[in-house]
Amino acid sequence: MTLPRAALLLSLALGLAACSSPARFGAGGPGADGAPLSAGGGFGSGADGVTSGPLDPASPEYFSQTVGDRVLFAVDQSTLNDEARRALSAQAQWLMSNPGYTAIVEGHADEQGTREYNLALGARRAASARDYLVAQGVAASRLRTVTYGKERPIEVCSTEACYAQNRRAVTVIAAGAAVS
Amino acid sequence: MTLLRFLIAAILATAAFAQVTAPARAQDGPLRIEITEGVIEPLPFALPTFIAETPEAQSWAQRITDVVAADLTGTGLFRRIPSDAFVTQVTEFTPSVTYANWKAINAQALITGAVSVTGGQINVKFRLFDVFSEAPLGEGLQFGGTEQSWRRLAHKVSDAVYSRITGETGYFDSRVVFVSEQGPKNARQKRLAVMDYDGANVQYLTDSGSLVLAPRFSPTGDRVLYTSYETGFPQIYELNVGSVSRTQLPVPAESMTFAPRYAPDGRTIVFSAAINGNTDIYTLVPGAAPRQLTNAPSIETAPSYSPDGSQIVFESDRSGSPQLYVMPAGGGEPRRISFGEGRYGTPVWSPRGDLIAFTKQNAGRFHIGVMRTDGSEERLLTASFLDEGPTWAPNGRVIMFTRESAGAGGQPGLFSVDVSGRNLKQVPTPNAASDPAWSPLLP
Repeated sequence: MTLPRAALLLSLALGLAACSSPARFGAGGPGADGAPLSAGGGFGSGADGVTSGPLDPASPEYFSQTVGDRVLFAVDQSTLNDEARRALSAQAQWLMSNPGYTAIVEGHADEQGTREYNLALGARRAASARDYLVAQGVAASRLRTVTYGKERPIEVCSTEACYAQNRRAVTVIAAGAAVS
Repeated sequence: MTLLRFLIAAILATAAFAQVTAPARAQDGPLRIEITEGVIEPLPFALPTFIAETPEAQSWAQRITDVVAADLTGTGLFRRIPSDAFVTQVTEFTPSVTYANWKAINAQALITGAVSVTGGQINVKFRLFDVFSEAPLGEGLQFGGTEQSWRRLAHKVSDAVYSRITGETGYFDSRVVFVSEQGPKNARQKRLAVMDYDGANVQYLTDSGSLVLAPRFSPTGDRVLYTSYETGFPQIYELNVGSVSRTQLPVPAESMTFAPRYAPDGRTIVFSAAINGNTDIYTLVPGAAPRQLTNAPSIETAPSYSPDGSQIVFESDRSGSPQLYVMPAGGGEPRRISFGEGRYGTPVWSPRGDLIAFTKQNAGRFHIGVMRTDGSEERLLTASFLDEGPTWAPNGRVIMFTRESAGAGGQPGLFSVDVSGRNLKQVPTPNAASDPAWSPLLP
């Protein structure tokens, strides 16, 4: 497959995710290079038309910046600590206040583990966060999980300071998935 | 006359493994590297540049000779005697040689060859001589092919020489499928690629538009299984190497799938599926629904079939940390086989059936190791910040794996090591590379 075709597929996929059909997750997802993944506590590109002034509380940017889009885990663990539960409760509140959005919960691992074990571990972490959101009242049909294992670290050093940030579940509001 | 026999311990380091090798021989006998325990003494061989029998064969003869030399010396089992030490030059490809001239430089083996080119077709002939027995070792052989396949012809010569001297099948005429990596650590781009076992002839099978992971060759080398994020979610695919067309495989509903490998029958596929956060092992036979082999709340992944297809070794954290287990190929009660300190993963059954290679993580370091199939006699072959994902050479004597360096600029590369732990070296690749999987020996 050529690159332009891949780009076309990706844009088709995003287009699909943008419509409000029941199959909104059908071909969507974070896409090939997971653009939302690089949002290290802020916006990756700054090219999304975000201008100065308070964020719209109903915007995905508000969710990721102000509500907080991620929770962290201990080594090899997928259990939620108190801080994670507080963060997920806030996420659930936002999702229930903004019923037009769907979300993808990404599970990640640090690099201290084999590739395939970390994929399974990331799946566990994503499900753990997703289950908590559902328990708080978010419709399960609005959430989908994906594991990236150790493929998409947010911090790149090889010490515990970085590993701790990489063992995470990130709730990504599906781009353009608002139901009109 | 003393017929020297070389005891070369290249492959097996402990006495317990000796039973899988040929028994030791008497002091006198034909030229033979016994792959058994002992001290390594690379076997000195003479390899005069192959003779060009047609004018246009000159450069091919040199290149083919160079590849044969690199194959043999690259094993660590052989040492090439520099041609300026020769007391005689080989100018004709003849069935007889003057052994005294080669004894004089202590060459144990002499390899002669000739190359001809006609109409874009290359023909390579070679002979192998046991210098101290003063006898040819096997018949002369010839291989033919197109100019594009010249390296394969050289590898076939090397395989024949290796096989005649060690009694083992070779592994030079083989390919490796792997993941080629570019870009920063937090936005790595990955493409599937194939190369010759020695890193030559890299070809790309996918573009970098989708994250791809952990490819595996089919037993016939014509297809590759891998995991791709093409849909935004990890799913398993099969790719036809010849046509570079790929197919998404039917998987359980609502699942993320990864870690696909072929059974020895080339039809059955074993893989992992994560459903609602729980990862188990499934099989897939063409035309049938996926079948679940494990059913536990723990992680079950990284399956690998025994070469007879009767058993599967896999990784599970049911005990609280990742360990290795063996179960019948149809599913059933698994038997834990790893009991050392640390965490075990990515078990891969040797094509000889005798050993299981694995990744081990202990005390902040990663190792590639091997153990018997019952878990006994564990030996660690490597140690580094991050080694993982072993794959076996087709003859079960060499292991290739991923080694990644630490830190923000950390990059993965491909390395190989003998099953003895000797001859550790990097396999050259054009970019960073990971997840190698060795093909069978090509036909």
